Amino acid sequence: MAEVVVPIGPHHPALKEPVNFKVVADGETIVRLELDVSYNHRGIEKAAEQRDFVRVVPLLERVCGICSHSHTTVFVKGIEEAMKLQLPPRAQYIRTIVAELERMHSHFLWLGVAAHEIGFNTLFMWTWRDREAVQDMLEEMTGNRVNYGINEVGGVRRDLTTDQIQAALKRLPHLEDRIAKYVDMVNHEQTMMIRFRGVGKLSRVDALKLGAVGPTARASGVDYDIRKDDPYIAYADVPWKVVTDTHGDVYGRTLVRIGELQESLQIVRHCLENLPAGPIKVTSPRAAPKGEVLSRYEAPRGELVHFIRTNNTDKVERLDIRTPTLANWTSVAVSLVHQNLADIPVVVAAIDPCLSCTSRITIVNERGRKTGELTWDELSAHGRAFYRNGRRA
Amino acid sequence: MDAILLAVYILLFPGFLFLLAYAFFFQFLDRKISARMQNRVGPPFLQPFADFVKMLGKEVIDVKGMDRKAFDAAPILALAAVMTAFLYVPIVGNSPLAFQGDLILVLYLLTLPTIVLFLLGWLSRNVFATIGGVRAVTQMFIYEVPFFLALLTPALMAGSWSITDIVAWQQSHLWLAVLQPIGFVVALIGLQAKLERTPFDIPEAETEIVAGPWTELTGRRLALMHLTLDVSMVVGSALVAALFLGGPLVPWTITPDWLSWIVGFALFFVKTLGVLLVLASIKVATGRIRIDQLNDVGWKYLATAAIVQVMIVLLMNYWWVSA
Repeated sequence: MAEVVVPIGPHHPALKEPVNFKVVADGETIVRLELDVSYNHRGIEKAAEQRDFVRVVPLLERVCGICSHSHTTVFVKGIEEAMKLQLPPRAQYIRTIVAELERMHSHFLWLGVAAHEIGFNTLFMWTWRDREAVQDMLEEMTGNRVNYGINEVGGVRRDLTTDQIQAALKRLPHLEDRIAKYVDMVNHEQTMMIRFRGVGKLSRVDALKLGAVGPTARASGVDYDIRKDDPYIAYADVPWKVVTDTHGDVYGRTLVRIGELQESLQIVRHCLENLPAGPIKVTSPRAAPKGEVLSRYEAPRGELVHFIRTNNTDKVERLDIRTPTLANWTSVAVSLVHQNLADIPVVVAAIDPCLSCTSRITIVNERGRKTGELTWDELSAHGRAFYRNGRRA
Repeated sequence: MDAILLAVYILLFPGFLFLLAYAFFFQFLDRKISARMQNRVGPPFLQPFADFVKMLGKEVIDVKGMDRKAFDAAPILALAAVMTAFLYVPIVGNSPLAFQGDLILVLYLLTLPTIVLFLLGWLSRNVFATIGGVRAVTQMFIYEVPFFLALLTPALMAGSWSITDIVAWQQSHLWLAVLQPIGFVVALIGLQAKLERTPFDIPEAETEIVAGPWTELTGRRLALMHLTLDVSMVVGSALVAALFLGGPLVPWTITPDWLSWIVGFALFFVKTLGVLLVLASIKVATGRIRIDQLNDVGWKYLATAAIVQVMIVLLMNYWWVSA
């Protein structure tokens, strides 16, 4: 076959969110690919500037459907740093429990998606069933399965009762069994091994050069985890270790994520068993003093950064969100060249992309050779015109 | 057999009408078994039939600039081929249409759907369909040789090119699955590949190329192609049951005739279900492999195993069967 352009996206069964790869393939081999992101801009950064610290938290919870707790924690952590608040340890522990449960359900979800991308639907069904157990735990603790609504500036909104803790602890042994089962499957299931091993190679040097984060970087042997390097909430008090691997391929990323499932489970168990007594929140002032905070957080997909600029008011002056997917995209484009066409879905899925969280907008004035921003009113007017006309206004 | 009985045999039982019903039943069982293994509920009993009727009624969408007549004719050709193949496979007793060489005819008729899929992919004027079509023929060149070798070795041992004769041979000897275990395994794997089921669903890998050659199929074309694959599954299982598992016959004679037909049909039923269970287990226990990996596996191991089986059979013929 001659070179053909295979359009993967913006709508494609392998993609759960819109992104566009123009893959130039020679038969079954990828020659090069062009990446087009940002099909789903939602203006959340701008919207965050319009809301006070109470109302902005539920908005940020909706940046991502999976890392909902990550986005609120990293934000309230930054604001608390700006306000110089000391949080009670019980609040820190509850945040940690929810954060690690979130990591577990995210990794279960990922394992299922990766299996589905290679057509192994049985594992997909099984992991998503087990993920239900984690979400049930989250529902019992926080009242919700996805957007937990547990964070607020100055602490957490719900306390854990003894009954809740006991119920959660009872669920852990079953999950432990299931994770052990998946470790076994990944190491022994033939079709999984031949589809994962040596696919989407990313060397340690490339991982560092391209700024990969999270399990993608850790699978290439980069020992980089914000929970260890810049400990926040309760991570400094809990015994756990960073999971790394040296394979550098999809197989390595699978091993890292399964290893993290085991670590997360132990962190949750430790926090539940050693939950300190005391209050769950402190009263926070309405406004934050003028300042700039760079708040970092290890989301399930990697390092999540919120840059927050406060301005003596009850709103942020500027909020800049750098999601881990943005940091990992370039590594995908590099590791896909000269791979097989059939490996695109699994290599893309291996960084666990979260696409809508990654969309940003910059207005480029070509004639003036300047870039700029829009105000909230301009942005909403643009959005209304865009959808009314059904084309780019 | 007189003309009326022959017409009943071809059109009603165990011919076309039964075949269609059994194909829907097979699809239901396949989906239900896989669903239960995957911790899902699975479809209700009549779902495959309901799907078929629904798809027949759906709009048929033509791709701009395509060869419409060829696109309409291709699924009908595929369905006709596999339904014809079914007539030569023994179901309740010997097939009245049997002749020397019907095994070869059945094998080639079973190959037609793959060629039709390639044709559909090529006619679709769609990049996903084209890649899928090319993958379908590439895959065919890999599994077809071991599959044919595995299904022709029973003929070598029984000394006949007629499926009915091979079944009759097994009646007085042992099952060929016992005598040719390697060929039996190769035949099952080849059948799985022929039906394009995981781990050989490479031509229709949904996460890579949407639906491959199926991408532009709509309405009755899609319904007929789905039916073709279901019928292929029945024919393939029945063929494996006949060639390796002794088909519908038992080693002793049963009288009266109607009782032997019932026993024969029960045996056919149980054996084809056994084959289906194996195929469904392979489907749920594996992921999809890549076409280059299939090339490795197919030529290095499957083809070698099939040739080794042929060699063993030839040696056995010399020393054991002829003695």
